[in-house]
Amino acid sequence: MIQFQYVKPSKQKAAIDTVAKDETAMFIAGGTNLVDLMKRGIVNPEKLVDINKLPLRKIEKEDGHVRIGALALNGAVAEDKLILEKHPLLSQALNAGASAQLRNMATVGGNIMQRTRCNYFYDTAMPCNKREPGSGCGALEGYNRMHAIFGHSDKCIAVNPSDMNVALIALDAVVLVSGPKGDRKIPFAEFHRLPGDTPQIHTNLQKGELITSVDVPEHPYTKHVNYLKVRDRTSYAFALVSVAAALDMDGSNIKSARLAMGGVAHKPWRLNEAEQFLAGKPANEATFRQAAEIAMRGAKAFEHNKFKLKLGPNTIVQALKNAAGAV
Amino acid sequence: MDRVDGRLKVTGAAKYSAEYELPNMAHAVLVGSTIAKGSIKSIDTKRAENAPGVLAVLHYQNSPKVPGYAQEAHPTEPKPAGKPLQVFIDNQIHFNDQPIAVVVADTLERAMYAAKLVKAQYNVDKHATDFNQNVPKAVLPTAAKRNPKHGLADYVRGKEDAYKNEPLKIESEYVIPTEFHNPMELQSIIAHWEADNRLTVYDKTQAVIGTQNAFAKDWGIPVENVKVIATFVGGAFGNGLHTWPHETAAIIAAKKVNRPVKLMLTREQMFTMVGYRPHAWQKVGMSATKDGKITAITHEAIGQTSSYEEFTESTLQQTRMMYTSPNVTTRYRILPLDVSTPIWMRGPGEATGAFALESALDEMAYVLGIDPLEFRLINHTDKDPEKNLPWSTKYLKEAMQMGAERIGWSKRQLKPGQVKNGEWLVGYGMGVGTFGANRGRAKVKGTLHKDGTLVMQSATTDIGPGTGTAMVQIAAQNLGLPPEKIVFELGSSLYPPSPSQGGSATVATVGSAVHAVCQALKQRLTSMVAGNADTSFKGATVENLTFKDGYVSLTASPSARLSFTDILKQQNLPELEVSEESSPDNSLRQKYSMYSYSVHFAEVQVHPLTGQARVTNMVSCADAGTIINAKTAGNQMIGGAVGGIGMALTEGGVIDHRFGRYVTKDFAEYHVPVHADAPNISSLFVNKPDLINNPNGTKGIGEIAIIGVAPAIANAIFNATGKRIRELPITPDKLI
Repeated sequence: MIQFQYVKPSKQKAAIDTVAKDETAMFIAGGTNLVDLMKRGIVNPEKLVDINKLPLRKIEKEDGHVRIGALALNGAVAEDKLILEKHPLLSQALNAGASAQLRNMATVGGNIMQRTRCNYFYDTAMPCNKREPGSGCGALEGYNRMHAIFGHSDKCIAVNPSDMNVALIALDAVVLVSGPKGDRKIPFAEFHRLPGDTPQIHTNLQKGELITSVDVPEHPYTKHVNYLKVRDRTSYAFALVSVAAALDMDGSNIKSARLAMGGVAHKPWRLNEAEQFLAGKPANEATFRQAAEIAMRGAKAFEHNKFKLKLGPNTIVQALKNAAGAV
Repeated sequence: MDRVDGRLKVTGAAKYSAEYELPNMAHAVLVGSTIAKGSIKSIDTKRAENAPGVLAVLHYQNSPKVPGYAQEAHPTEPKPAGKPLQVFIDNQIHFNDQPIAVVVADTLERAMYAAKLVKAQYNVDKHATDFNQNVPKAVLPTAAKRNPKHGLADYVRGKEDAYKNEPLKIESEYVIPTEFHNPMELQSIIAHWEADNRLTVYDKTQAVIGTQNAFAKDWGIPVENVKVIATFVGGAFGNGLHTWPHETAAIIAAKKVNRPVKLMLTREQMFTMVGYRPHAWQKVGMSATKDGKITAITHEAIGQTSSYEEFTESTLQQTRMMYTSPNVTTRYRILPLDVSTPIWMRGPGEATGAFALESALDEMAYVLGIDPLEFRLINHTDKDPEKNLPWSTKYLKEAMQMGAERIGWSKRQLKPGQVKNGEWLVGYGMGVGTFGANRGRAKVKGTLHKDGTLVMQSATTDIGPGTGTAMVQIAAQNLGLPPEKIVFELGSSLYPPSPSQGGSATVATVGSAVHAVCQALKQRLTSMVAGNADTSFKGATVENLTFKDGYVSLTASPSARLSFTDILKQQNLPELEVSEESSPDNSLRQKYSMYSYSVHFAEVQVHPLTGQARVTNMVSCADAGTIINAKTAGNQMIGGAVGGIGMALTEGGVIDHRFGRYVTKDFAEYHVPVHADAPNISSLFVNKPDLINNPNGTKGIGEIAIIGVAPAIANAIFNATGKRIRELPITPDKLI
């Protein structure tokens, strides 16, 4: 680990100014990802700006949405009464992530910013365009069991590892950021990027911009929801495939649906066409299977992740079944 | 009885090797190679040397020489052909992440940072790390080439490959990936040269005396000048049975900087520098009669080893002795690859072999339409068909019956896919395990103090099974002293010699010496009271005395009694010290075949759409002789079952063969099972003594706790789904 400076400002503006002005500075909150990356020499900030003194921890109901502070802990959000009542899908997704110890350290803002777990990104002796642009993608012709089947490029096939992000994209969340040029709102679907030719650029956040909160708008998906994560071990493992499914039901018919996948793309993967297909259909396995087929259109797998072409739709079907059956 | 050191462990008061703080201690970090084969062209250490706090950067060009490196292999090692890796002797690279330099600095963080600044250039040679592509290069181990009667040599009982011509047969191939021990405690050492020729190490090891001998030989100093401390060991599962390059690197560093040096491997380095269970391919052919009698088994295995050292294990032993088959053929080969050398991992060899054998048994039972438990009972043998000897003891049938009742085997349907719990398919499976009931030679010193306490010492270790607790209980029972008055000290080379803690042999080995110490103490106390003025004890012998609660009494008239304390006081003795060595009776070992046995029953549920498999109930039963401590023995069985769940469902190392480098090397990517993967696990013991093996009647537990678990789970998955998965681990992608 390189020697670094550490500051802990109590004013948001000071924190933002410090990072905006210093090329080598980074924000740190829970540190559950960043410290690992620093220990392995993957990112090497020379200054850490600890934002834990900033008043960004609250979860509050506001007009038309619930506002979750960027520093709210994953564990606290998952157990929060308001979240359980209004956004149970988010709670399920959070509880599917990491371990209890990590959820009690990790923040919502940090979870959004979490880097990929691609094996090649994590090993500085291996090629990785995301870590070292131009060095090549190690996974493309390497061990790519955990990798993307949607939206990848020949420069990068890594996936976004977050569970929370999958629920947030399904729920049309909005990320509030504050930066040297002022505040702005970024729809969740536009926050993360596809790798294209610049996989080293992880999100659309600009230098010095700080996530201050996430707004989750009101929606009717409070009952028939399911976050289903299929993984290699029952806890503390990243998703092979995960699905966030939310249904608004009218008897046994679907009024509207929200559907997103994790573990399949460089960003949380919203399944808009499948959602549109589900609206107005009867909630049965045949419908779910058709929606899953629509969802999988355009998927392209690699040597070790071909199973995702089958596990993906199966998991969609099962998540929809679970959501429809949930009371 | 609770663990004697339980409180120390749960409160954090137990001190592990890396937790010692010595004055002026420096910290060392290893730099690993980034190629799998070739040589170092140049090594740039300038930036590292100039980094703050750095005391030395050592590599093959400037490392102090290890005098003993010119000589033969270490005595603790598995007598391999070839030579164990010698650190910093030349520029040759034999595997990816081989230690090429050690950076020593005043703090750990500074050493870590500087280690990243060391840059090597290589001449790269073409490496071979892909097992499947190199199978034709598999060879007979050297020991078997030299001696056709060797346990690793090809074995034929009856007719060779007799299954091939039989009508009712199976033939299947099985694969296990490389698995890693990954104990919680990282491998670590503090090396301290107290004088030029006097070395003290606080070392994570299973072998105190073995390590002492190895370092004495390395450095050409008297054995008694090397002190090895391993009071607590935070799990090891076999990877502390070897002395490894990182240990020597720390000792070299300490020599160079003339300060105590602490070196702790990183979790990533635990995957490349301290051994592993080798990747193995196996093939089993089996035939049987319609009514279920096995007529022939052929079992072949190829295990991975390194290019510089032959690692072998007894993968095929269970096949030769477990079932009554007139025709048995086994063939074992090893495949040298450009990887680091494997080392014994819990249930070494047998756990690998049992996965194939016990899966094949299940496959054969399905061909015959016979219940797999019934099939095993039909082929049960009451003598060792390999050695043609009676068993010392064998209560496997009793264990099977206990386990079958507890799991509810009768609920099982022979036809797969019949039982459901909601959407989940339910299945039951079983697997049998065995391991030699080993016993070695150990010495224990016992000192009975006049305050009535007994302190025993021996240079064994406790890697978690509760050795000290078991020894205290053995002494309490044999000497008639309350356990709270007994202390057993271990983990120091200053104590009388004991072998390494491995091969499930510690209780049989050290426990026998504790037994001998107690007998000797009783004899001495008896002579004292018999020669005493108190006439009631006159002429007493050990046989007509009772030793209980710290008192000696006449069995015939218990009211006449003397406390141990009073006996010593009468003799004017501050203490009574005895040292006893105990060895197995080799003549008995030639008359009897000695094994521990286990049988594991698993209930699993598999989701047909998502392929998730979960073990929902597990019953592990053992015939392990007398159970000294039900809690610690139960702990071992549960730990083994969890390890077996990992082997069956989650664990496997993956190499990117383009680089010959592991891509799974931390706890996020290498999936050791977590609590959520472990169901309620019942452990049951037959608990009948094996007095032929040793005077306490014990047989080992550590290995049989895992041997047979993985096939029990794989068989249960077949019973649930009709899918026979022959390559571990059984991850969801294999079940959709």
